[in-house]
Amino acid sequence: MEIDRELLKGSISLLLLNLLSRGEMYGYEILQAAAVRSAHAFEFKEGTLYPALHQLEKKGLIRAEWRTGDNGRERKYYSLTATGRKAAQNYREQWLHLTGAIHAVLGSK
Amino acid sequence: MPFWSRMANVFRGERLNREIDEELQAHIEEALAQGRDAAEVRRAFGSPLRLREESRDIRLLSWLDSLRADAVFGWRQIVKKKVTSAAAILSLALAVGACTSAFRLIDALLLRPLPVASAERLYSVTFQSPSATDSSVIPYDSCSYPMFRRMRLDVQDQAEAVAISMYNGPQELTYGSDQEMEKVQFQYVSGSMFETFGLRPAAGRLLSETDDVTHGAHPYAVLTYDYWSRRFGRNPRAVGRTFRIGNDVFEIVGVARKGFTGTETGWVTDVFVPMAMKNPRTLASLNNFWLRTLLKLKPGVAPGPVEEKLRATFHAIQEERVKGFPAQSARDRERMFQEKLSLEPAAAGRSNLQRQYRPALVVLALLLALVLLIACANVANLMVAQATSRAREMALRVSIGAGRGRLVQLVLVESAWIALLATAIGWMFAWWSAPAIVGMINPPAYQAQLVLPADWRVLGFALALACGVMFLFGLAPALRASAVQPVSALRGGADGRSRGRLMKALIAIQVAFCFVVQLASGLFVATFERLSNQPTGFSADRVLNVEAVTSRPQAAVLWSQVAEHLRAVPGVEKVAMIGWPLMSGESAVGNISVGGTPPSDVFSDFVSVSPGWAELMRIPLLGGRDFRATDGNPGAAIVNQSFAKQYFGGADPVGQWFDRVDGAGGKSHFRIVGLIRDARSRDRMRVAIRPTAYIPFPSEPAARGTFVVRTANANPLSMAATLRQEVAQARPGFRVRDLRTQEEFNQSDTVRERLLAVLASFFAGLATLLAGVGLYGVLDYSVVQRRREIAIRMAIGARAGEIVRRLAVGALAMVCGGAAAGYAIGLAGARYVESLVFQVKVTELAVMAVPLAIVLGTTLFATLPSALRAARIDPASALRVE
Repeated sequence: MEIDRELLKGSISLLLLNLLSRGEMYGYEILQAAAVRSAHAFEFKEGTLYPALHQLEKKGLIRAEWRTGDNGRERKYYSLTATGRKAAQNYREQWLHLTGAIHAVLGSK
Repeated sequence: MPFWSRMANVFRGERLNREIDEELQAHIEEALAQGRDAAEVRRAFGSPLRLREESRDIRLLSWLDSLRADAVFGWRQIVKKKVTSAAAILSLALAVGACTSAFRLIDALLLRPLPVASAERLYSVTFQSPSATDSSVIPYDSCSYPMFRRMRLDVQDQAEAVAISMYNGPQELTYGSDQEMEKVQFQYVSGSMFETFGLRPAAGRLLSETDDVTHGAHPYAVLTYDYWSRRFGRNPRAVGRTFRIGNDVFEIVGVARKGFTGTETGWVTDVFVPMAMKNPRTLASLNNFWLRTLLKLKPGVAPGPVEEKLRATFHAIQEERVKGFPAQSARDRERMFQEKLSLEPAAAGRSNLQRQYRPALVVLALLLALVLLIACANVANLMVAQATSRAREMALRVSIGAGRGRLVQLVLVESAWIALLATAIGWMFAWWSAPAIVGMINPPAYQAQLVLPADWRVLGFALALACGVMFLFGLAPALRASAVQPVSALRGGADGRSRGRLMKALIAIQVAFCFVVQLASGLFVATFERLSNQPTGFSADRVLNVEAVTSRPQAAVLWSQVAEHLRAVPGVEKVAMIGWPLMSGESAVGNISVGGTPPSDVFSDFVSVSPGWAELMRIPLLGGRDFRATDGNPGAAIVNQSFAKQYFGGADPVGQWFDRVDGAGGKSHFRIVGLIRDARSRDRMRVAIRPTAYIPFPSEPAARGTFVVRTANANPLSMAATLRQEVAQARPGFRVRDLRTQEEFNQSDTVRERLLAVLASFFAGLATLLAGVGLYGVLDYSVVQRRREIAIRMAIGARAGEIVRRLAVGALAMVCGGAAAGYAIGLAGARYVESLVFQVKVTELAVMAVPLAIVLGTTLFATLPSALRAARIDPASALRVE
């Protein structure tokens, strides 16, 4: 099912932070993980991932480091900072609260 | 990402781009390695350039980045248009430099607080006395020592009072023999001064209250740090050394802390000694006004009530003083009671130099502000002209999405470059010129000394000026440039008409300001010329005044012997004697009574001179005879024409008698033996020569006198060393205190006027040059702008003469409008400079005509190149280009 971009927009930070809370990842890996975990529900443009990551880095929620991966390729790995870890948890709780409320509204039909 | 990293990223943009590109590239390669189709990957990825820009904006301070880009672009624009930019920068640099220089002077003389504790609580006791001759008020700061003591006592609960002797020129002192005299700036001060000012010693100790108790009992001196450094190389052993001034020997007890050079702004004091060491007669005199009273109000005390209290004290003092003048006329007595005391802030110190130069500096600062505005208008005009050539560029920027704020920033940054460069060059100009101007205040021997540091105040002023200037000349062109209509600009039809109007208005304003500066400079030059050409009535040519003192009063015959000795010195033509040099500022006055009538209200000057003095000074004897060695004082007198006119109705006074009446009613009887032509004895060129009586010198033992020497050599100062030696050799006990040419004394009253005339002329020249450059720029621009119109006119038969006439009429209209406005401003402002001018009026033909001629001449020069250019336009080629 196609998901409205507007709905997706606000949740990118939440998704990225929570994906990274499982361990450090590089850009392409994040994209793949998101697709796999959402059963290909998310199909946002690949490029837009990077400005979103850089925005989180600017806010001090994640940090980046260039390293050589297992296949010998240079990759930029992203991981959560302490603040990012707290933010991820926080966002998650907010989201659950919100979706619970939305679900209640929708379910009461 | 921390703020600093984002700021640093602004200046390593290339590296940042590379880093982002590498990450994006790594992503694509990763996708391709996964076996995805290259075209599909690129499509899914989107535009790398847009993504890079987006990421880049996140990772740096975008406002700083755009500022950096504008600064680089602005610099390139400046370098590209070398001549135009250089003209703008240099014209602004001159104006900014002159302004900063003036600020340094004004700050040092009038604004900078003294380096003492709580300077803001310092006040000076000043007096306003109604003039005897007109309705004006004459301010003065001086009072006598008994007056000071009374005032100090009456306000002791509200303020600490300090007495400081008025600056009286350098004094000679010696650390050894009479032959090793050196000049120092010397002041008597209250012993409590250092404590009141919260000053600490740099070496030894400072004077205290206990050093100022018994007359003559505290021969101690404190040096300023500056003098200690200059004279003793900061040697601590200077403390304990003794020196002699006149007949008093002082011991140096300490050095005041660095930076404190006294309270007499404009003079740097070297040595302070206690008040109690002044001679007892002066200290006891109620009427000898020789010191200044400074009050430091206690915390929380307002000046108003203290002033009221002091007024009551002053009234009581005046009542006491009046008792000492029983012979005083009712009018003089009334005038004494009309004198008013007031407290004036003295945070910046207090000196006559401040009083004398305050109005002059304010006027100069105003003229400079006008010059600065002219320069700004010039740069604004150049920028407007440039904006035209950049209309297409601006339109293009708007079309691709630049906002108005961004365009304003672009143009403002370019202006900022010009302002900054101009300020830097101007700063250097100020560095050089401010001390040079101080050097012009007063003759070399009595040069004003101002502390001119380049600290945060001056830097702050220059920076504020740079920012102000940037907005003044940058904002209008920036707004105009940013208001561009892309459609019309890109089509080639720029809105030239309104732009032209703005430029013409700016030119008219420039001409108006230029006219005002010219007018003011004309007034000051005429004042200086007229004052300098005021007849003195004597010849100062090759005349040297050798001021001598003796350790104790010497008989007249001994003074005459020294004069005789000097006559025999090779190179000396004539020698005579006088009590003190003519026009040195010293004077003795008295009221005159003829035939037993009550003394007149008019004061007459008394000058004591030796036989042969009038002949030496080339003052012709109109009747009677010169003094003889046998003439005594009182006894014989020679009078001038004004004296004869005042007291004898112009009739020949020779053989008549008069009485000199002093304030206490004492009379001395004189018989007039000669009549000479009017000659000046006072240093006030602005007032008429007063009735003067010459009396014999020296008629009684005297401890000081002046040998007037006319030398054979054209430069009388070349004989200074010889004469100094000869006086000491002629008789023991005689020594030279000072040596100055008569010419120097004559010029000392016109120093301020000369300074005003020189600086105002310089500013006028600068203003004319700047306005000329501005006019030229605008006309040249208008020819370029109207190229198509001129070409069409020519194509349909207009002659070159007609084209030039139209251009000239346009220019002349701007200039005449400006000149008329300038004259109106000049007329309105003239009364504010009345106190600075002498016998000159703005309505005088010469004063009006010169600026007009200069402005018209400049217009002609500025119009000529553009007119020729317009006349040479070839219609065929001009229209083909269009």
